[in-house]
Amino acid sequence: MKTYLPAKFIIERDLEKCIRCEVCVNQCSFDNHSYDAEDDEMRSQSDNCAGCHRCVSFCPTGALTVRKNPIEYRDNYNWRPEIIEDIIKQAETGGVLLTGMGNDKGQRIYWDHLLLNASQVTNPSIDPLREPMEMTTFLGKKPDRVEIGPDGELKTEMAPQVKLEVPVMFSAMSYGAVSINVQESLARAATEMGTMWNTGEGGLHPKLYQYSNHTIVQVASGRFGVHPEYLDLARIVEIKIGQGAKPGIGGHLPGEKVSVEVATTRMIPPGTDALSPAPQHDIYSIEDLAQLVYALKEATHYEKPISVKIAAVHNSAAIASGMVRAGADIIVLDGLRGATGAAPKIIRDNVGIPIELALASVDSRLRQEGIRHRASIVISGGIRNSGDVVKAIALGADAVNIGTAALVALGCHLCQQCHTGKCAWGICTSDLFLTKRVNPDIGARRLVNLLRGWSMEIKDILGGMGVNALESLRGNRLHLRGVGLNDTELRILGVRMAGD
Amino acid sequence: MAARNETDQMVKIDATGIYYKELNYQLRELADEGVPKVELHNVYGQRYIGTGLRKPLEIEIFGTPGNDLGVFMDGPKITVHGNAQDGSGNTMNDGEIIVHGHAGDTICLSARGGKVFVRDDVGYRAGIHMKEYQDKKPKLVIGGTAQDFVGEYMAGGILVLLGLNGRKEQRANFIGTGMHGGVIYLRGSVESYQLGREVGTAGLEETDWRILKELLDEFTEHFGGDAGKLLKHDFIKLFPLWLRPYGKIYAY
Repeated sequence: MKTYLPAKFIIERDLEKCIRCEVCVNQCSFDNHSYDAEDDEMRSQSDNCAGCHRCVSFCPTGALTVRKNPIEYRDNYNWRPEIIEDIIKQAETGGVLLTGMGNDKGQRIYWDHLLLNASQVTNPSIDPLREPMEMTTFLGKKPDRVEIGPDGELKTEMAPQVKLEVPVMFSAMSYGAVSINVQESLARAATEMGTMWNTGEGGLHPKLYQYSNHTIVQVASGRFGVHPEYLDLARIVEIKIGQGAKPGIGGHLPGEKVSVEVATTRMIPPGTDALSPAPQHDIYSIEDLAQLVYALKEATHYEKPISVKIAAVHNSAAIASGMVRAGADIIVLDGLRGATGAAPKIIRDNVGIPIELALASVDSRLRQEGIRHRASIVISGGIRNSGDVVKAIALGADAVNIGTAALVALGCHLCQQCHTGKCAWGICTSDLFLTKRVNPDIGARRLVNLLRGWSMEIKDILGGMGVNALESLRGNRLHLRGVGLNDTELRILGVRMAGD
Repeated sequence: MAARNETDQMVKIDATGIYYKELNYQLRELADEGVPKVELHNVYGQRYIGTGLRKPLEIEIFGTPGNDLGVFMDGPKITVHGNAQDGSGNTMNDGEIIVHGHAGDTICLSARGGKVFVRDDVGYRAGIHMKEYQDKKPKLVIGGTAQDFVGEYMAGGILVLLGLNGRKEQRANFIGTGMHGGVIYLRGSVESYQLGREVGTAGLEETDWRILKELLDEFTEHFGGDAGKLLKHDFIKLFPLWLRPYGKIYAY
């Protein structure tokens, strides 16, 4: 069938600059560039260009430019180009539209409407370059009260705690969705920076066992790669109920991505589809969740915190209360903008709620019920910079997860082709030719640099507020003010209007 | 600490009033000591018995164990003299569970290895998402009938449904829905409306009979009966029509 879809991008080549080195031919995984040996000419066609800029970044002479295809439709606020093109795609395939990365639509980003405070005159700000600044975070259930014996020893029995040097962890990204080199980069960076990375539900590659002290392992509906040693190695075990990019639905890792190596960690035959059912069929209620939480506590001898991850949805606050009562030591909320290796586009863009609102309502609810200390709150889904991190902590989070930001550090240009398995940056693919593009030495360095930069910025912001410990900011919403928000939004966020 | 009668070969525990946490702690200690066999008496609903155990320990349970019997288990052999509840053999890696009675819902959920024999009936979604991996191939033999969604999402392993409870036929619907691996052997027959869309039916071939015979030999060894007689009945084989049932539903 002839496609009616116009090309998304146009590739332009400056023939004066082009030296016909064929770097673009080798780098493009979408087959847009070619070399015609007969005419000694480079050719580009734009039909499959995803706008990933791999060729632009690697062209040694700067001969390439990628522009949006300026094809203009007649203005129509209802029938926007993306909507028209989605219909064309479905008319030609009859399928569920798949996409990658997070929701790119225009729902309000509340971080941009929240502003932080700073000290002026009435209390001194602190200079983190010369004064100590406490960034340590402990994840895990905290006791109702602490008893100290006469000799100063702790008499209260503590639930297992995990120490983070920086309150930013890496989101769950499974081997199979991302490459082993990406996971190794994450694992090494997490180890160096004293934080955690997360296996996702694809099992744990033996190569990464050495980073197990900084590893969160996931137990999800497919139970892929879950075996006793996997639970043993983990520092934290996470039950994945849902994901911000696709709340309420399962996942299908297509057989072509299940290479021999991927099959080994998932513990399934190579080439078979790895189907993750929508629910975990042993969890239909909070009581059932408690059953799996305690099954994992039994299996790990009560030595590891058990985390439960849900997508932020309408009743998150009530669900979170149930999760805490079910024994979760950590609850993870993944918001509307949480990303994915593959999800139906209609779900990604329309299901779930913004993480800022979910976080505020969950934190408030747990406080009202007097159980906030029984679990740490971790949030994810669209955290872009250290400003978002600080605002999240002021709203009540103990720590945040970053996925997209980490992948951008490794080269991702958000072209949203993760689901095709053709990632030209070698991140979201299991094609061995492409995965080599992420070098774990360099990848880990880039991630460490990112976290180091954020860490210094967080200290700067804290110092400016006159706060010398992250703990003093946690859930302290008086450090936040809202702009451009209505009364209901301010009420849910528990934040006052700027100037008030 | 419960009453504990020890011989060289066996430890007896009276589980009356013992919380599961304490009971499982004792089982782990005993397994670490190298005790080969434990008898648990007066079990009343304690969950997670055998969870995560990795030693070839033999556990005999008298009474009614609770949910998630043998979850994440890797090696032990559990015999239940009574009924088992939901989630028995959940995500089991290896080992054996033999139930002299009924079992509840989602038994063998996501099991990757090991064997489970249930003498009587089971609840909903038995054998859901069983898998196989290298030399691991879980086996679930059900003496009676199963409820709806038996073998749902099956990705590997062998499930046998014998229907020996005196009822005429299997009454489950949605059998093998989403099945994309493994095989189900069913005594008697089912109507096509009872099967998931992804399931095909066929007669047994020689290899199938050999596999079935092995399993029925074990089944009758545990619960009595005559395997040879059983094998004279009609059986059908249910298999996945496609290894990739959802390969074509997406637009890229």
